[in-house]
Amino acid sequence: MTTAVNPPPRRLYRPRDHRIVAGVASGLAQHLGVPVLVVRIALVVLLGFNGLGLLLYAAFWAVLPQQVVTADPPQRRDLAMLLPFGAIGLGVVLLQSLVFQDSVAGTVGWLIAVVAVGAGIIWHQSDPTRRHLGGAVPQQPWLAAVVAESDRRFFLFRFIGGGVLVATGIIGVVAVYAPAGSLTAVINGVIFALVGLLGVGVVAAPLLWRMFNQLRAEREGRIREQERAELAAMIHDQVLHTLALIQRNSADIKEVQRLARGQERSLRNWLYKPAASPTERFAAALEQAAAEVEDTYAISVETVVVGDTECDERVAALVAAAREALVNAARHAGVSTVSLYAEVEESELSVFVRDRGAGFEMAGVKESRHGVRGSIIGRMQRHGGKAEIRSAPGDGTEVRLTLPASRESVSAAKEAAR
Amino acid sequence: MTEPQGTETERRLTVFLVDDHAMFRAGVRAELGAHVEVVGEASSVAEAVSKIAAIEPDVVLLDVHMPDGGGRAVLDAMRRSHPHVKFLALSVSDAAEDVIGLIRAGARGYVTKTISPDELAAAIRRVADGDAVFSPRLAGFVLDAFASRPDVPVADPELDQLTNREREVLRLLARGYAYKEIAKELFISIKTVETHVSNVLRKLQMSNRYELSRWAADRRLV
Repeated sequence: MTTAVNPPPRRLYRPRDHRIVAGVASGLAQHLGVPVLVVRIALVVLLGFNGLGLLLYAAFWAVLPQQVVTADPPQRRDLAMLLPFGAIGLGVVLLQSLVFQDSVAGTVGWLIAVVAVGAGIIWHQSDPTRRHLGGAVPQQPWLAAVVAESDRRFFLFRFIGGGVLVATGIIGVVAVYAPAGSLTAVINGVIFALVGLLGVGVVAAPLLWRMFNQLRAEREGRIREQERAELAAMIHDQVLHTLALIQRNSADIKEVQRLARGQERSLRNWLYKPAASPTERFAAALEQAAAEVEDTYAISVETVVVGDTECDERVAALVAAAREALVNAARHAGVSTVSLYAEVEESELSVFVRDRGAGFEMAGVKESRHGVRGSIIGRMQRHGGKAEIRSAPGDGTEVRLTLPASRESVSAAKEAAR
Repeated sequence: MTEPQGTETERRLTVFLVDDHAMFRAGVRAELGAHVEVVGEASSVAEAVSKIAAIEPDVVLLDVHMPDGGGRAVLDAMRRSHPHVKFLALSVSDAAEDVIGLIRAGARGYVTKTISPDELAAAIRRVADGDAVFSPRLAGFVLDAFASRPDVPVADPELDQLTNREREVLRLLARGYAYKEIAKELFISIKTVETHVSNVLRKLQMSNRYELSRWAADRRLV
């Protein structure tokens, strides 16, 4: 049918044409460069050595890939191709009864024949063009033979074949055990039992495999769908809304900047940062405070946090003081950028808020102003920390907050870093 | 950094742009035109490699995320053959793995695309002079990477450890101090600050530190 005119690369494969059973012989012949007939005769001769030829054939069949379909594949009904299986089975039986005269070996021969024919037919049915799972299990084409679920008819076919094998196995076990006694009978019983199991396996494997595959595919699909939905929701909730707001407020530069900055931050967090709850982690809490100040006062806070720790009451107070310092900088310094740097060390947590704005004289702050004294200095002192404010008019302001780390939070941070 | 053009205007620096977004290249070109001379641009790794080799600019502004390997690939291709071309990474991403990755590959600095034109020009000038450009964020990442974990054995302490002074300089950088403010704070000269920063950059590039890889692994970067 398909005629390979151009010389294909000399790879060992099973051709689709010129074949009697599965194309092993012609494949080998093509690869070795000898006539097909020679290979076939060699295989038949080898069959004489305890079925070596058959074993070889089966092995090659299992391992060799089939030639890639070049044109439309031959669609002939291959009932005729089933004949060789019968012949092989019969040959095995004849050989066995010729070589071993005694009855036990004869029985084994029959069994092998039955298995050979049954398995061959089943395998063959799932072989030629309908190896769907050849793609799913690329390294093991042989697995697909047992496992491939093509359509209902072949499933039925396989079912019957497997059923026959099971039945034969059971009948064999009963037949062998009936006379009861000798060791050979036991061995035969075991062999029959194995055949029975094989039958069950043949019947059940595709079902199990299909179920497993379906479950896996379903799960993967669901995960992908979920991710997509999450992404779509995020873009809808944030990006699209922000863009709409920017279009509406395009005249108000400050507002546009604020929106763009907030959007940039949230996208950045979404893309690059693992989510952490601001009520549990120090870094997340600080970043949230910075974000709130950015949004409220339309400034940008350059946040750098080195290390992280658990959030307890004292750490929360530190964050609150830092937030107050940021708010002060945003309101009074008159700059567009404020730096926030925090570091978690073995012995203490420190936070620095710095701006290059107007600055002020500490002595000039009235007693009635509670921002600095109450919210920053007082709060830090209440929790065992320290606040220092360095400022000079025209030189900007830096607020330094330090808090001795409690033993527990340090060890927790080290645990988390591991 | 308020005086981008500085006092030495003897020669305009030549700058090359690598970015896969034409809009962004056009924007940078327009904004930088007053400060430096933009001598070429490229939109892909291959184009960048061949053009940079031909033009040999003073500074290359390098995007991090591009098809075919991004800024990393350009650095890997150019660094050995053209050691005098300085690279400054300019990216929208400030993710730790991008920043540290580019610096370790040989970029002299890393700035994000939200930087103002004046600051960018100042950064280019500093890189061209052989200095490193450390944004506060980058300083934070480096401090994080070199955070002392005493339980880990260090192969080459000279190379792998930041000195206390370097750590102090980085901390001040992270706190938003300019070089001259750091110098004033630590009672050292600006030149010394620059030396410390350059040393940190060198250590970052050369350190084969166990720590860095673990740091990356901790953050699921590798």
